[in-house]
Amino acid sequence: MIQPAKPELVTVNIDGKEIAVPKGTNVIEAARMVNVDVPHYCYHPKLAVVGNCRMCLIEMGMPAVDPATKAPVIDPATGKQKINWIPRPQIGCGTNVSPGLHVRTTSPMVKDAREGVMEFLLINHPLDCPICDQAGECKLQEQATGYGRGYSRFVEQKNVKPKRTQLGPRVTLDDERCVLCSRCIRFSRDIAGKDVLGFVDRGSYSTLTCHPDKKLDHNYSLNTVDICPVGALTSTDFRFKMRVWFLKQTNTIDTESSVGVNTVAWSREGVLYRITPRQNDEVNDTWMADSGRVLYKQVAAADRLSSKEALDALVAKAAALFAAGSVSIVGSGRSSVEEQFLTKKLATALKAQGHLVNRTAQGDKLLISADRNPNLRGALVTGLISQLPCSELKQLSREIDAGTIKTVVAINEDLTAAGLTSTQLAKVSIVYLGTHANATSAAAKVVIPTLTVFEKAGTFVNQQFRIQKFAKAVPGLAGANDDLVVLSKLVAAAGGSVISELNALWTAIAAEVPVLSTILYRNLPDTGLLLDGTAWAGLPFVESETLHYKPAQPAVAAATA
Amino acid sequence: MSAPAQKRIIFQHIDEPGYTNDLACYLKHGGYEVMKRSFARPPQELIDEVKKSGLRGRGGAGFPCGVKWGLVDRKSGKPIYLIVNADESEPGTFKDRYIMQQDPHQLIEGTIISCFANNVKQAYIYIRGEMAEGARILEKAIAEARATNFVGPNILGSSYSCEIFVHRGAGAYICGEETGLIESLEGKRANPRIKPPYFPAVLGLYQCPTIVNNVETLCHVKYIADVGGEAFTKIGTPNHTGPRIFCVSGHVQRPGYYEFPAGTVTMGQLLNDVCGGPLPGRTFKAVIPGGSSAKVMRFGERYKGKRKVGTDMVDYDWGVEDVPMDFDSLGMIGTMGGSGGVIVMDDSVNMVEALANINAFYSHESCGQCTPCREGSLWMKKISTRMVHGDARPEDAALLKSVADQIPGRTICAFGEACSWPTQSFYLKFKDEFDSYSEAKKTLPADRRVLV
Repeated sequence: MIQPAKPELVTVNIDGKEIAVPKGTNVIEAARMVNVDVPHYCYHPKLAVVGNCRMCLIEMGMPAVDPATKAPVIDPATGKQKINWIPRPQIGCGTNVSPGLHVRTTSPMVKDAREGVMEFLLINHPLDCPICDQAGECKLQEQATGYGRGYSRFVEQKNVKPKRTQLGPRVTLDDERCVLCSRCIRFSRDIAGKDVLGFVDRGSYSTLTCHPDKKLDHNYSLNTVDICPVGALTSTDFRFKMRVWFLKQTNTIDTESSVGVNTVAWSREGVLYRITPRQNDEVNDTWMADSGRVLYKQVAAADRLSSKEALDALVAKAAALFAAGSVSIVGSGRSSVEEQFLTKKLATALKAQGHLVNRTAQGDKLLISADRNPNLRGALVTGLISQLPCSELKQLSREIDAGTIKTVVAINEDLTAAGLTSTQLAKVSIVYLGTHANATSAAAKVVIPTLTVFEKAGTFVNQQFRIQKFAKAVPGLAGANDDLVVLSKLVAAAGGSVISELNALWTAIAAEVPVLSTILYRNLPDTGLLLDGTAWAGLPFVESETLHYKPAQPAVAAATA
Repeated sequence: MSAPAQKRIIFQHIDEPGYTNDLACYLKHGGYEVMKRSFARPPQELIDEVKKSGLRGRGGAGFPCGVKWGLVDRKSGKPIYLIVNADESEPGTFKDRYIMQQDPHQLIEGTIISCFANNVKQAYIYIRGEMAEGARILEKAIAEARATNFVGPNILGSSYSCEIFVHRGAGAYICGEETGLIESLEGKRANPRIKPPYFPAVLGLYQCPTIVNNVETLCHVKYIADVGGEAFTKIGTPNHTGPRIFCVSGHVQRPGYYEFPAGTVTMGQLLNDVCGGPLPGRTFKAVIPGGSSAKVMRFGERYKGKRKVGTDMVDYDWGVEDVPMDFDSLGMIGTMGGSGGVIVMDDSVNMVEALANINAFYSHESCGQCTPCREGSLWMKKISTRMVHGDARPEDAALLKSVADQIPGRTICAFGEACSWPTQSFYLKFKDEFDSYSEAKKTLPADRRVLV
């Protein structure tokens, strides 16, 4: 792997602590490295600096040098070089480090400046924390507690502004809570590329709104809710549903496409409430698409499959079908690496051909790629497939027509959506492993309900060949079975022998899959690990450029065999 | 000591009977001759003349013009823009509008000379939105100048080309702040930019190096190009060279605009001799010397300290009437020369009510971008308005002062200072009136005019 060039380091002094930081770092980030909190609202590490909230004011100084000789001026009291402190506070976000920079974040000047800004931010802010969704994750609350005076001197009427503006289909705005930090404006304009938000009116009456005839309706609109430091922008879906401090956070991966956006699933007592992005600077920064945030709803969907029948009974029925031979397996690019590994084992045990369903659409150049399978590369890595899947299951279709296939094992894939006709499905026995009802499950002889991505743990390999893990957020639905258990039982029924427990399974995977030989599930970092994908570099992957991803070669259409 | 006679240089033809704002009249009075002579000189020589002259910007901050030109990034390869700041919106200031309305060609000539000196090919006159008449006159004057090839491509065969465009402002005080002006000119809200990195001399209009000069400053440049930097320094004081225009408004017998060599008249001479003193039966109470954001002076107070005269330090002990009207003297006593807008208040004025008026202005004009100014200016307005029209509490005065203290030095632009200095200085100088206002109010007539 090529190491990035070592950045030029600059030594700065923050509250007496010396630290070397890369040139170009600003004071907020430099302070973060020595665990010094510089409070801020408008600054966001992934957005342009505007310096308008004035919360990050710090005291700043440079070592004194004699103007004539350029020799350091030594302070006789300390024996160290004298520091010329600037008499006015400076903004930490807009100040980049320079050699010898000294910063104070706890001096009386800074304390006074923070108290002043905090007071100003609160005078026209409604006191509706008890009913505000942001409570518990509100920067204004936290910093008012940490840096404010704790009492109010304001006896005037607060400003009145619109309380529930629908900025778009998914975002509701409470203008009175807005602190005018402009993060949402900058995100929408600079990251999402849709300049739809702006301020109207001026002074303290400034009001956030959409430009005339525009709506905040792009597929990244809910990121504005995430980055809103207060409760002004709220998710229409999550609004008033649950207190955030009751929610458990679980690291998950967005299954929308091969980008592999890192996410957090928020749940309470086995019920999911929302999905938000999780920072991964190599994949999705701090963003995710709106479409990925509603995926949790599939967990409690009305068409979830469940079965009162015991798993062993279901497996026995499948085994009876296997006994007749002539089995074909349709695996899935939505299955985890572990499931694909076991699928491969099943194929081997049954001497069956393994297929994969192609799932491509237009990418959005940001965080949704053209390949809508989250784990196509996992199927390559585990050896389930060696070529990219065709647009439809043509080979299987021919084999069914020729009558050479008696049983098809479909793993969470609707075969009719993949190009087979209902007549063809009627000609074979289908063993369906899946989460939701569809035409295939309806036609199946054996249906084994399994779990959604939020109910199980595993790994996906994204378009960068980055293996990323997801954890189980909520318990599985009653009557649905863990995919690994199901698959390992099927393998056993077919005469093979494997383990179903995740960590033990990984020992087997590491032993058998060369690319994964050094990896253990429990050791995998939260932000994933880049695999060596050179063995598949020649394949015509469909992805074009997205955030933090450039295709190795010009993307060509998927091979059509 | 009576005041010296006015010496009008910039305002030479203002209100002159028979002088019109068309090109023919300007040419009759020797117009565009300085420009023609300047084209024969190397541009650097003109910059050096301006540096030598010590000319300080007349917009309000008094930043040396030569230094400003010296900061311009000339190596970037990007075009350099010049913007004429004609937004003149500081309350109490009304000098630029007379230049533009009565002598527009003086401004155009000064602009072209400055553009030539700085290798600028495109200049914008950003005129205050409310000055529709001035904009029409300027457009006509530029059209005349373009028709006679004083503006446009290959001016008078010199192979130097320069265009001037008039842009009408967005009708907000903050559009006069140079980076806010640039944003507004680019078609956006006039939110001032953070410095660093957006110094206009490096990253100004369209991220190109940009010079922003006041209307009056550019007229001075024309005069300097005419007489030379050396001669300019002979006018005024060593650190405030050249003529100074005062716009006197308020409670004097003859309000108006007056031009003197800087520092040659004192406040007393200006108000008493030039402007005819207070209205009959009244006495002066307070004066704001440099536009409404400058700190107020109270008649009767003394200013003591040491100042430099030549090479010596000498003691001074001035009353308000004795203060010379130049940048340094006014700065020394804790206020500023600013834009030259002298606002006079006599004993009929209640200072709390006067401040309520000023606070109402600044809260209305805050752009709303950064927190201290946005929230502080409106809070101060709410307090002072309540004091005047609602319940005044004894603790309000100290609260006002405390709110004002939380603003300056913590904002993106100088508006933070502009909106807080009136409150700070009014309270400092008239603490008695503020502290007792709740009592004084009881004696006010119930039917008095609503101010704000």
